[in-house]
Amino acid sequence: MSEAAVASRCEQAWQVLGEVLDPEVPALSVRDLGIVRDVLAHDDGLEIVLTPTYSGCPATEVIEHDVLAAIAAAGLGPARVTLRRAPAWTTDWISAEGRRKLSDYGIAPPGPAAPDGSVPIRFFGRRVDAVACPRCASSNTERLSAFGSTACKAMYRCLSCREPFEHFKPI
Amino acid sequence: MLASITIDHTPQVQYLLRIGDTCLILAQRIAEWSGHAPILEEDIAMSNMALDLIGQARAVLTHAGQLEGRGHDEDQLAFLRAEKDYRNATIAELPRGDFAFTVLRNAMLATWMKLLWERLRESSDAELAGIAGKAVKEARYHQQHAADWVVRLGDGTDESRRRAERALAELWLYQPELFEADAVDEAAEAEGLGPRWSELQAPWLAEMRTILAEATLPEPKEAAFRSTGRRGVHSEHMGYILAEMQHLQRSFPGGVW
Repeated sequence: MSEAAVASRCEQAWQVLGEVLDPEVPALSVRDLGIVRDVLAHDDGLEIVLTPTYSGCPATEVIEHDVLAAIAAAGLGPARVTLRRAPAWTTDWISAEGRRKLSDYGIAPPGPAAPDGSVPIRFFGRRVDAVACPRCASSNTERLSAFGSTACKAMYRCLSCREPFEHFKPI
Repeated sequence: MLASITIDHTPQVQYLLRIGDTCLILAQRIAEWSGHAPILEEDIAMSNMALDLIGQARAVLTHAGQLEGRGHDEDQLAFLRAEKDYRNATIAELPRGDFAFTVLRNAMLATWMKLLWERLRESSDAELAGIAGKAVKEARYHQQHAADWVVRLGDGTDESRRRAERALAELWLYQPELFEADAVDEAAEAEGLGPRWSELQAPWLAEMRTILAEATLPEPKEAAFRSTGRRGVHSEHMGYILAEMQHLQRSFPGGVW
């Protein structure tokens, strides 16, 4: 394959990956989420390099399957998925577009992840994190639960508009 | 029933099994709260933390199998190992007890795991370092959550304090095992695989004292008792947890859904 053809095939694959949604947070594509680290063209097919979000995230295997299915459906196969653990995924890799989509979907996007090792033992009051409500933008909110429907989220409520919402935890 | 596999217990493999098994067995105990926790938020928290721990265990056991080089995968290691080949610290296998016992154990083990993962990020083994880079973020959150509860229960009502004190007194007997030096540790240190666990003792005590002070709980005295799960000699509770965990794979080898 010529260099131009290889580049175009990878470019098309990136576009396809922009349409593959996270099964747990279907507002985001896997590209928005920042877990697609590389697309490489080899003689025997494409290699899609993914970095998992949480160690125990049950979506990881579904995402692998969905990615391969989308690449095959676009006629870009054969392809394989490899996992790259290091550097570890951080919510800082969620794109600006992804953050906007999260907010529109009713999930407060994560703030910047704390620099490594800088988080001391911390005793959470309900009002510790000033997370802005994704509906009315008030920062008069409180945390209800440290964990939510998936590993990546916590549950909050807004004291201004009285609506509950989820927060994508910064890690 | 499917027979147990035999394990080649090189120091490297044992070092990894100690970590992976402690994550896996603690996850089993925490997961027992699914559907039974005192409030919905904690039910969700327990399930989520158990999932993180199982994910960490899967990665570490997979890697242990690769280092062992006999073709054992994560499932074979989890479901087909006999009790004596499990190398988790005994504290992880103790019955879940009441909620005070659970959150105190979680605080003690999450603090320990956080400190261990921090050091393992520098491992000469790139795969282990990669696993640690992810796991440390999870352990940090688990520690914060558990410590928050230790404070609420310790500095709470008479009843919550009584239970927290009772749980702490029992659990404290099992913490020295986490820091005992032995040949497996020495080998891991020598080849840069990971730290001697004894090096984690001082920072662990410092962080636990911060949590206990905030919870107004006095630190128990150290006793002469030493648990030995890391060497494959477990408490009477271990057989039951393995029976429950392994029954399906032993009865229906390779069964999937």
